[in-house]
Amino acid sequence: MTQTSLEIKDLAFAYPDGNQALFGVNLTIAKGERVALLGPNGAGKTTLVMHMNGIHPTAHGSVKISGELVDTANKESLQRIRSKVGIVFQDPDDQLFMPTVGEDVAFGPYNMGLRGAELDAVVDKALAQVGMSEFKTRPPHHLSFGQRRRVAVATVLAMKPEILVLDEPSSNLDPASRRELADILRSLDITMVMVTHDLPYAYELCERSVILSGGIIVADDITHAILTNESLLKTNRLELPVGFSISQRV
Amino acid sequence: MNSPVAHPIHAYPDHHHGHDVGERLYLHRHSPVHAIPAQPKIIASLAFIIVVISTPITNWQAFLAYFAIIIATTQIAQLPLKTVATRSVIEVPFIFFALLMPFFGKGNTIDLGPFTLYENGLLAGVAIVAKGTLGILVAINLSATTTARQLLRGLELLKLPAMMVQIASFMLRYVNVVNDEMERMKVARESRGFQATGIKHWRVLATAASALFIRSYERGERVHLAMLSRGFDGNIPSLENHTPTPRQWLMALALPASALLTFAITSVLR
Repeated sequence: MTQTSLEIKDLAFAYPDGNQALFGVNLTIAKGERVALLGPNGAGKTTLVMHMNGIHPTAHGSVKISGELVDTANKESLQRIRSKVGIVFQDPDDQLFMPTVGEDVAFGPYNMGLRGAELDAVVDKALAQVGMSEFKTRPPHHLSFGQRRRVAVATVLAMKPEILVLDEPSSNLDPASRRELADILRSLDITMVMVTHDLPYAYELCERSVILSGGIIVADDITHAILTNESLLKTNRLELPVGFSISQRV
Repeated sequence: MNSPVAHPIHAYPDHHHGHDVGERLYLHRHSPVHAIPAQPKIIASLAFIIVVISTPITNWQAFLAYFAIIIATTQIAQLPLKTVATRSVIEVPFIFFALLMPFFGKGNTIDLGPFTLYENGLLAGVAIVAKGTLGILVAINLSATTTARQLLRGLELLKLPAMMVQIASFMLRYVNVVNDEMERMKVARESRGFQATGIKHWRVLATAASALFIRSYERGERVHLAMLSRGFDGNIPSLENHTPTPRQWLMALALPASALLTFAITSVLR
């Protein structure tokens, strides 16, 4: 039997101003899967992500991370959930707030209770995984955008998460940085949810894709099938770049 | 023939040359003063200022010695006198008030050309200028030889409340980000033909400032979310720890000690 990393059932959510973002989302992701979460702007992708680690309390339905229910009232469990779900936010400047790269990577594991040599080892490993070891003592401000994005990934990897959630990982990256990040992501043996509009990136990295539109999952299939279904893409405001084509045969 | 000079290894891992906003006051040198960790330097500067303000201005010999001591420190720290002088200009608004003081007061007067100056006002004015200048010079020494990072770390080790240290360190981290944002907004304004020339443009600048405030506020919320996502529970770890050696404490405390000694000697001799 395959283990389940993420299990979302009938998740609905409305913001306090009455604006409903999610209308009953069902999504199950097995351990080790890489899934692209596609959808137009305002589809509720970020709202969904914020439910995965209990930033938004679950109002209706349920979210389970490797079998454990996300319950914002249970502080102890919530701390565990947040170490299991690593979210890489879109703007690395939001994520990197400590004075140096090394301290920032240490922030998460420190909160999980690691200290001393053990903490150092985790930090060094995470930085090595994204190829940023030599930048450990540098302030984030001195890094290029692509480097900061990689450090942001390291800050989350250092927590040894069960699931890695990336919000628009390829946005604002130059082509080389975009490819380098893809290589890093591919090298990680981890369950991955990638929120993106970058369909070729999804095609490259994720075997499975789901489309979130209007607050529900409207499609859930292998990425190849979704990206070759023109009418599906069109109704959900998704487009492949001009000149990019995927052969019909797998 | 010149022999190659090995580049000295700096005591701190955050070896940089201070070009960031928030680090502009730091002057990168490899001096003994730079090598001392922040906390002895903070204590020494504070103690020096206390000795200076406790000295009555009538003990003018002591003040000459204080100036000599602080200029010597500047030299040991390899700070260019010109830079130190330029930075002292910040004192000017305070001197302005000190200059007015001799014209007001009671008691004995001194006639100086067309002016009639009050003696106690004159003394008070001179005291403000002398003590203020010494205070500024000490602060310049401290800020030019210690990065803002080290200062914060020093204050933390000196048991300044963690909340205050955290607020200041966030400010230090994001002052660059906000500054860049402000620059981009300025470029965007100017690209559309805007030049701030006078009071009629203040409305635009005020709007830009409020937009920047809202953006920063929202960024603050996003940073907080990112922190929560990594299990933040109110404590920020502090990793690097430079414990000052007894020698470094002695070196730093030599500054206030020499001032105190001067004070004692000049007081006895009078």
